[in-house]
Amino acid sequence: MATATGTVRTERVRGQFFLPAVITGFLALMLGLLGFEQFLNAMTLGAIYALIALGYTMVYGIIELINFAHGDVFMVATFVSIAVSTTLLGQTGAVLDIPTLIISLIVLFTVTIVVMALVGALIERLAYRPLRNAPKLAPLITAIGVSFILQNIIQFFVGPYITNVPQLFSTQWAFTIGESRVPLLNLFVIGSALFLMVVLQLFISRTKTGRAMRTTAMDRDASSLMGVDINRTIMITFLIGSGLAGAAGVIHGLYYGNTTFTLGFQSGLKAFTAAVLGGIGNTAGAALGGFLIAFVEVGAAAFGFGRWGGAIVFSLLVVFLIFRPTGLLGSSTGDRA
Amino acid sequence: MALLELKDVHTYYGAVHALRGVSLKVEEGEIVTLIGSNGAGKTTTLRTISGLQRARSGSITLNGKSIETAPAHEIVRLGIGHSPEGRRVFTRMSVRENLEMGAFLRKPGPEVQADFKKIFDLFPRLKEREFQAAGTMSGGEQQMLAIGRALMGQPKVLLLDEPSMGLAPILVEQIFDIIKEINTRGTAVLLVEQNAMMALGIANRGYILQIGEVTLEDDCKKLASNPKVKEAYLGV
Ligand SMILES: Nc1ncnc2c1ncn2[C@@H]1O[C@H](COP(=O)(O)OP(=O)(O)O)[C@@H](O)[C@H]1O
Ligand SMILES: [Mg+2]
Repeated sequence: MATATGTVRTERVRGQFFLPAVITGFLALMLGLLGFEQFLNAMTLGAIYALIALGYTMVYGIIELINFAHGDVFMVATFVSIAVSTTLLGQTGAVLDIPTLIISLIVLFTVTIVVMALVGALIERLAYRPLRNAPKLAPLITAIGVSFILQNIIQFFVGPYITNVPQLFSTQWAFTIGESRVPLLNLFVIGSALFLMVVLQLFISRTKTGRAMRTTAMDRDASSLMGVDINRTIMITFLIGSGLAGAAGVIHGLYYGNTTFTLGFQSGLKAFTAAVLGGIGNTAGAALGGFLIAFVEVGAAAFGFGRWGGAIVFSLLVVFLIFRPTGLLGSSTGDRA
Repeated sequence: MALLELKDVHTYYGAVHALRGVSLKVEEGEIVTLIGSNGAGKTTTLRTISGLQRARSGSITLNGKSIETAPAHEIVRLGIGHSPEGRRVFTRMSVRENLEMGAFLRKPGPEVQADFKKIFDLFPRLKEREFQAAGTMSGGEQQMLAIGRALMGQPKVLLLDEPSMGLAPILVEQIFDIIKEINTRGTAVLLVEQNAMMALGIANRGYILQIGEVTLEDDCKKLASNPKVKEAYLGV
């Protein structure tokens, strides 16, 4: 008995410090290896992948659907953010007046997140809910269909071009740490992404709805016997996942300055890889996976293998899954009957 | 008017006709048992009552109010608690969190806190394991948790699907004592069992289910002495 408690306690302590230690070590290593500028670049890209990956992993966790349309929801978000920015500010560039910038950002994020959350929930309601009890292949094919529909809608209304996104941040704004220059934009991107991830974790672990999402992912019938409204819970999952893709879309636009209707395919695939790498169904894993993939990609480019970035990312995934099929932090759907 | 009443309920799984006109009643304060061999449709009956499976025809009423088309989460609210076959506890949550899920539809407050205490009185083992992950407990403890979790919703009728499955005989005795205790405290129980001997021992009335149909219903004493029942279910 005493030894049993002892083991449990050591494991808990190990669990509490092990992961942060590994992450800190990894970041330090990357900083040394890549240099500050590339490090910051990878963190920013990672923040975007992580936000998208969360939507993949949450939906997979709750209905075991690889939502192929999710990357395209992100793509649409970049266009919605253009529409919001231009309506709000006209076709201007950087907003130099700080209060206006702050208000613009708040409006830009809020509107885009809300619009994309609604789009996501609508897709769920129209395309996936009718297939709730169909064989798994049916919603999967539907998801691919929805992906094409979203791409075609943008292609039709905007055109197949690369479109510029209004840049609200002035490139002049930066901090200097030692000899390194840290643009305010990068800090903002990383900070807002981390903020959203923390809010999401708190929501999932502390609120009643968050708890219903977890139990529904674990065992839908049992959850329903507790009085959880399954349809509502699944819809909320789509709302949140798509809302996060909305935030990722805004961030992508602000950081890269352009977008096109095929953006969702590449980014979506990488974010999906991130979700699998982290352990599909596991939100913390998806966030970690997003950053990891960004580091691999940026690292490959830094060492002159830029064109091989995609190949390296996916080879890594395949090799990793051979040794650890449940991903970094373990898939959370493992105990499904 | 019966507390819970099924009239001529038919349930299908695709083309499989699992319930072929099941009628049964549970009165206030009763323990009623539903006995049948593997595949007879016992689990399907409970799942149909809870709304996890839809009846294609027939009626299900709780206190005279028809519930056969209500969604599962509404049926819980109306007063049906269900401890499902195979326990189905939330393995990665603690015992405490599982019980909290049982009270999902209730406002947190002193009443819910009092019910925690009642459940822990009923199952002292759960108190000892309060913060342990449910998946790491023994089968018997998980069964207790599944029953406790269902009770946290303050059901008028408690549906129990094979609570003795896979448990050592001494634990089975314990669980059955607790079922009696729950009933004395005022909850009606519909008990599904393959262990007919034990079930007939504590229930007031019983139904025999065969291939989706109720073939016999009677007082438990009479069922226990019925030669056909003895031969088929009591291994005599
Ligand atoms: N999910 C399902 N799909 C198809 N047939 C099922 C399913 N569940 C149960 N059945 C069938 O319905 C009948 C009743 O099953 P069940 O209610 O589980 O019986 P019991 O609980 O009495 O063992 C059986 O013939 C079984 O094969
Ligand atoms: Mg059964």
